[in-house]
Amino acid sequence: MTQQTPSEPLLQVAPSPHLHASHLSTQRVMLDVLIALIPVCAVSCWVFRWYALKQLVLCELTALLTETLCAALRRRKSPVWDLSASVTAVLLALSLPWNAPAYIAIIATVVAIGLGKAAFGGLGFNLFNPAMVGRAFVMLSFAREMGASGYVAQVPGLDVISQATPLTAAKQYVAALASGATVADSVQTAFQNIPPLSDLFLGIANGSLGETSVGAICLGGLYLCIRKTIAREIPVCMLLTAAAMLGLMQLLGFTDDGFGALHHLGSGALFLGAFFIATDPVTSPLTRRGRCIFAAGLGALICLFRALSSYPEGVMFAVLFMNAMVPLINRYTIRKPIGGPVPGSAASPKA
Amino acid sequence: MIAIPFLSKRHPSFQGGVHPDPQKELTEHKPIEFLPVPQELIVPVQQHLGRPGKNVLNHNKTPLIAGELIAEPQGVVSAAIHTPVSGSSGLCSHVTLPNGIHVEAVAVQSNAENLQGRALFDELLGGEWPKSDFERFVRREEIPELVRKAGIVGQGGATFPTAVKLTPNPQKPCDLLLLNGAECEPYLTADHRLMIEAPDAIVCGALIAALSAGCKRIVLGIEDNKPEALHSMQRACSGTPIEIVQVRAKYPQGGEKHLIRVIFHRVVPTCALPLDVGVVVLNVATAAMVAAAVIRKKPLTHRVMTVSGHGVVTPKNVFAPVGVSHRRLIDFCGGLTPDAARVISGGPMMGFAVGDLDSPVTKGTSGITVLTKSDLLHQRQTACIRCGRCIEVCPLHLMPQKIGLAARNRAWDLAQSFQAQACIECGCCAYSCPAALPLVQLIRLAKAALRARSTK
Ligand code: SF4
Ligand code: SF4
Repeated sequence: MTQQTPSEPLLQVAPSPHLHASHLSTQRVMLDVLIALIPVCAVSCWVFRWYALKQLVLCELTALLTETLCAALRRRKSPVWDLSASVTAVLLALSLPWNAPAYIAIIATVVAIGLGKAAFGGLGFNLFNPAMVGRAFVMLSFAREMGASGYVAQVPGLDVISQATPLTAAKQYVAALASGATVADSVQTAFQNIPPLSDLFLGIANGSLGETSVGAICLGGLYLCIRKTIAREIPVCMLLTAAAMLGLMQLLGFTDDGFGALHHLGSGALFLGAFFIATDPVTSPLTRRGRCIFAAGLGALICLFRALSSYPEGVMFAVLFMNAMVPLINRYTIRKPIGGPVPGSAASPKA
Repeated sequence: MIAIPFLSKRHPSFQGGVHPDPQKELTEHKPIEFLPVPQELIVPVQQHLGRPGKNVLNHNKTPLIAGELIAEPQGVVSAAIHTPVSGSSGLCSHVTLPNGIHVEAVAVQSNAENLQGRALFDELLGGEWPKSDFERFVRREEIPELVRKAGIVGQGGATFPTAVKLTPNPQKPCDLLLLNGAECEPYLTADHRLMIEAPDAIVCGALIAALSAGCKRIVLGIEDNKPEALHSMQRACSGTPIEIVQVRAKYPQGGEKHLIRVIFHRVVPTCALPLDVGVVVLNVATAAMVAAAVIRKKPLTHRVMTVSGHGVVTPKNVFAPVGVSHRRLIDFCGGLTPDAARVISGGPMMGFAVGDLDSPVTKGTSGITVLTKSDLLHQRQTACIRCGRCIEVCPLHLMPQKIGLAARNRAWDLAQSFQAQACIECGCCAYSCPAALPLVQLIRLAKAALRARSTK
């Protein structure tokens, strides 16, 4: 054929489609989550000062190191550029008590990245949310440091943290009732410890680093929803189910912990879980229908755990439990092609 | 963007799909220009779906006049090929078309006696067109044969022989005709311009087609980002039974299966044709050519193509003969820019990358898109993060992630159980995958493997 003029640019061939959504990459998705976490981190640094900062930095560094090391073991280049380890680290740091000792933060992160993710084959292959794996590990191994007392200490200049966490206060109230103290007494202790709703929203209540301010969490969550980084049906379904269950439980007098449904909604890790933890793409179902089932199950489980279990908080176990359900949910929520199955193909897919 | 469905009334659409940057402003306001008669054309004997045409020239150097038959159809699903220009036939050789078909082609040297420019366009598509009483021109039962003789194929890209659609089939009567003016591929504006510059031919062709196939209702589907074309078609359709429905601008709105679902609420079964649910779908450009074939007895030899993208110097809509090389068309538009990186026959979502610029354009080439280096993002591939985006955007509700991963592991049974063969290769899934997985390529692999297995 005719000669190419030397000035003609080099042309490439490749299969279609020739365009790709410029705003969508794994790194961008993870970066969005990190951006959305900025308000939460800011509030926790404001409330807990250097304790929060120390914890965040510690988890982040450990995570990057562990990720690189695990990749090196498999003779791979370090995948830290995809930022997924950073997201895990920040979420983990935010879900630890503020004065957890440094070794706990480090152990939790190593377990989260090493056991929670790398052991399964790295990003995209893990069954359980890595941050929750890390937290569960330290929660069970270091029950004392991670328990209610882990949140309370007298530090001059930090008023918030001398109170019990709101959910612990609620549990104490129930315990006090059971131990035979007069109702008047326990109501009094509890009321001293239960912060008003506005404090929960602004974040001046005690708790894990990241669960203090519902306002900051919603701000970040809104950003993620608008950017369509996360599947919106997860927070919506999860919070609606939780609200409905808590409302119902309150009406039926099932939770007489002196704690209204709104207080329950606003405290603890419910919002953080709804916007940041349950929405992890890897460990949530593939289809929209599946995600709705997943989120509704989560909301319901969290309420059950709060009402019945001896731990004040239920998000972590609920997430881990529902993560285990994901393959099952995926299997039963396979979409049917619009025009029906391909003629002559096997009718039931095996996931 | 947050869409508030309650507040803004939106035009109907299907579920799924993507919104690539349309880039139509590059050419949508540019009137169609006319390519001067090229010296040499290479006319492939297969420019359509089905069996190749049979070369009827018995020796080289046959003198030809424009519109003369070069290859006759073999069988029902096949099409006639005509020479676009007068001149003489040169060597027959083989060419590889951008879609991978390797086929015999006839070289045609043009002579000086060719009509060109606007005169040619007007002779084919311009001027007055009848909108009723077609019996004055043609008997109803002759229409399919005329269309067949003119070698008309679907011009949206699928190149299915149109005569097959227009032949009434007593077993599968068709009652609806869908005129497809959606043109959802980014960059392409050829149909859009044709709707502005030759609306009467389109209307006439649609009415003839409906008459032939026995359709009672004719609807033109048009995307809501083409107000100019909409007005032009509204004017041309007044006084005719053609209805116009606006649909939301979204890729792949112009896919016939989605358009039928959106407009007629009928579902085309997987691996079936619109004819199976009683719908005839004609692209607007095809309709115009049907009119030219039936009323003016002109074969399909020329078409409007969009040459666009940031990789060409002056993007244009060009009226050109089939068989002209991609290079000639690009040169007519000022040539490639220094940063041009990929030439695509068709639009960027479903088109084929052109490896050899000297290969000819065919009846199904709706445009040439030239992308630059910066258009082609080289994203780093990661493992699938199971975000489900590919599943959400699939207009057919398939599970691209599952098929893709099955194909990667050569698990063809698994791919089949996820309905790999139903995929129309629209590219929405790969477009929106954050992990940058080559999903469409993997699905094609699965389809090819399954096809090979079923014919074995
Ligand atoms: S699976 Fe096929 S039909 Fe579905 S989005 Fe991907 S290319 Fe399009
Ligand atoms: S869009 Fe890509 S990353 Fe997301 S589920 Fe599909 S294949 Fe996986």
